[in-house]
Amino acid sequence: MSSSSPSSHTCGKIPEKIDAYNMITIIDYKTGNSGSILNVYRRIGCNAIITSRPEDIRNAEKLILPGVGSFDRAMKNLHDMNLIPVLEESVLDGKTPLLGICIGMQIMASQSEEGSCQGLGWIDADIKKFQIPETEHLKIPHMGWNSLHIKQKDSIIAGVTDSDMFYFVHSFHYSEPKDADILATTGYGYEFPSLIKKENIYGIQCHPERSHASGILFLRNFAEMEQ
Amino acid sequence: MFRPRIIPCLLMKENGLVKTTQFDNPRYIGDPINAVRIFNEKEADELLFLDITLSKPAARFTKKKEKKIQYDLLKKISRECFMPFSYGGGITTIEEMELLFSIGIEKVAINTSAIEHPELIADASRQFGSQSIIVAIDVKIGKKGNYEVFIQGGTRPVKADLATYIRTIEDAGAGEILITSIDRDGMMQGYDISLIRMVSDAVKIPVIACGGAGSINDMAEAYHKGHASALAAGSFFVYHGRKQAVLITYPTKSEIKTLYQEKYEDRC
Repeated sequence: MSSSSPSSHTCGKIPEKIDAYNMITIIDYKTGNSGSILNVYRRIGCNAIITSRPEDIRNAEKLILPGVGSFDRAMKNLHDMNLIPVLEESVLDGKTPLLGICIGMQIMASQSEEGSCQGLGWIDADIKKFQIPETEHLKIPHMGWNSLHIKQKDSIIAGVTDSDMFYFVHSFHYSEPKDADILATTGYGYEFPSLIKKENIYGIQCHPERSHASGILFLRNFAEMEQ
Repeated sequence: MFRPRIIPCLLMKENGLVKTTQFDNPRYIGDPINAVRIFNEKEADELLFLDITLSKPAARFTKKKEKKIQYDLLKKISRECFMPFSYGGGITTIEEMELLFSIGIEKVAINTSAIEHPELIADASRQFGSQSIIVAIDVKIGKKGNYEVFIQGGTRPVKADLATYIRTIEDAGAGEILITSIDRDGMMQGYDISLIRMVSDAVKIPVIACGGAGSINDMAEAYHKGHASALAAGSFFVYHGRKQAVLITYPTKSEIKTLYQEKYEDRC
């Protein structure tokens, strides 16, 4: 079906099931969409759970911090559910690999123009609103399919090329993290950081769980990555 | 590189999918789960399902025939779906939205309730973020050639002035507008470009054009001349050939490329 696009082996084809996965622990902090991520892992035969129990997070091999919605609501839920101490223990001290998705990526920064809550402060950066000149005729939110411009190689984007498309939906984005922390950028009016990495911490702005084969490949890479 | 979205907009009636003509004469198209699997395989950009039995007044006001949002079916559809999935039909409260998001719906489309209770849009966008709230507007050309807004599945006209209304809902926090021409629905003879352009140019949020697409060229026109951010259609994805045989399709990646890279120069 997709033989016309030789540039990408991911096109139209869901990566095969393999056994070498780590268990994925998806953190449930009442911000929606964790079910979609679980569906992807089920589909590729990877063991995954959705949980908000501190002991599950403490014992996790790999963590995903999902999220849809606003910055303050996400931070408030993490506070109210008392998940921040155990997350810091696992991610900062225990170096458990963590992938933040969309708002889950943004709350790892220091603060956001979207709200008044402090972020987790794991990544040295702020979150800013899109400032696109009127002449560009681009709507906000940035909503739709766009590509990653890869700046640094990493096992999480093994096999992902600049022509693979991912689904984005957001009005805010990372602003000026350290260059060393940027794995990929995306263009919408201008280039903004769309994939970041700092040691064991990853963050992606788009929604790989709703991005067909390219997103499934990305989530599979995260599961397969060596710790 | 960013490109416009192409969105199959499919109508639910009981457990099946139907397609209407000018919001009337629903014709059975097939099973929703099967349709989702085909759209997965073809890597569709996004899916929008609207339950038309819940928009009509009978469903809203008659106790005897009280109908409910089909959460179980929607959950099954969402599980199969590896692309963004939006739902509309019979949504009147924040609690219903919360439940829909929890079963994996990305965006909810609100039509009648947005007119009757605009504060619902403000509440919803505060709670869930504006990116998850679509306001759907159905429009018919009136006797004086003006655009009239209809609610309850195209059965009831309202006095709202379209231009004022779209600004009201943008201010309230809608993340997207789905504008549907009732006159063009199911006709497959092109979108109402002046309607789409008027709405797209009036707001900063993305606008999904719907009603009338019969070809990829119609979509190109709605994008380049109508300034739409996304192109939705029904018949275009489910009918094949002059006899309108039911066959679920989706344009190939190279066809989609022609849509946004073509000749048109007057994007602005």
